[in-house]
Amino acid sequence: MKIALTVNGEAVRAEVEPRLHLGDFLREHLSLTGTHLGCEHGVCGACTIRIDGALARACLVLAVQADGCRVETIEGLSDSGEIADLQKAFHERNALQCGYCTPGMLIAAQDLLLRESNPDRETIREHLSGNYCRCTGYHAIVDAIVTTANGRSG
Amino acid sequence: MKAPAFDYVRATTVAEVCALLAEHGPDARILAGGQSLLPAMNLRLASPSVLIDIGRISGLDAIEMRGDRLRIGALVRHQTVLRDGLVARHVPLLTEALRHVAHPAIRARGTIGGNLAHADPASELPACMVALQAVMLADSPRGTRRIAAEYFFTGLFQTALAPDEMLTAVDIPLTGGSWFFEEIARRSGDYAIVGLAALGSRLAFFSVGDRPVLRQAGEALALDPPDDLQATAAMRVHLAGVLRDRALLALGGRI
Repeated sequence: MKIALTVNGEAVRAEVEPRLHLGDFLREHLSLTGTHLGCEHGVCGACTIRIDGALARACLVLAVQADGCRVETIEGLSDSGEIADLQKAFHERNALQCGYCTPGMLIAAQDLLLRESNPDRETIREHLSGNYCRCTGYHAIVDAIVTTANGRSG
Repeated sequence: MKAPAFDYVRATTVAEVCALLAEHGPDARILAGGQSLLPAMNLRLASPSVLIDIGRISGLDAIEMRGDRLRIGALVRHQTVLRDGLVARHVPLLTEALRHVAHPAIRARGTIGGNLAHADPASELPACMVALQAVMLADSPRGTRRIAAEYFFTGLFQTALAPDEMLTAVDIPLTGGSWFFEEIARRSGDYAIVGLAALGSRLAFFSVGDRPVLRQAGEALALDPPDDLQATAAMRVHLAGVLRDRALLALGGRI
């Protein structure tokens, strides 16, 4: 099936099988490998992206469903500078070790920070509850998001 | 962890969906937000031969007051309901319940109609609809049928929908009254081990059987929940009693 969508601001046209999910489309067809695939059934959050500005699991959206949509991945958010401060805070606070969950964490965290300028730690943890990190224990991730929120509002 | 191959049709009207359902029979499944169906397909627990995508059908994504009822269209997403002022003011039970449905990224895609038609006995919303005495609207070539929530959920992932019927909206009566919602889960966003949605004296338990289980306050619970990896049946019976006691305290100060 033919699809046409925007990925990180660039128009993309492709012919895909209906069974192809958006995570595989981004990784295999567009070589945007920052979208990680962990569980592929919506539990781990490693494949978190934005579709038309809203959070989504790339493994739980078919590529054909994204026809006509505006898709943003970690590559887009990085290149635009939108989350440069958040990435810097993650780095400085050691909020990642292996890095597998990090793209999803960053996108989920940015989604919260766009709606709430000063979320408390409990709110942050709740918003990230669908993003698993098996390395850090989350404390440093929450620290980095608090630091970013303070920096943006200060 | 990839879905098996299937044919994909993007429907533009409800009538087209009903015709496709009639044409393809049980091999076809409706795709709305896909947040339950696609994981089941990726795990190969489901392998429909045709997916009918209803995501682009217009007119099914509104939340509106209809006299003494609140109507929620089938394609309204969980996140939209969670943030909706009308819902928060008139059906606060639903707002509270939605905070417990999965995670933000899932709530941003998953739809109310998809959740209800999926009829997962561990899901919060079917129990809420039973407690709220909501009415499901099902469209088919024969017209629109209204089905009380209590009779809509007929078994494990089973509903009263006919093979060519599509759930298009849910009507929630604005009866007011005190409400209670709580669920016990291992982690935030996980499926509940046991949960309870209550309005007045109507206690609707979830995750304790093959569908929402309605009990009146004061009535014996007499539950027969499943044993699974999350909890034994005995633990579920105990926890349901705990939630019942908490609800009665919150609602009336009596146990």
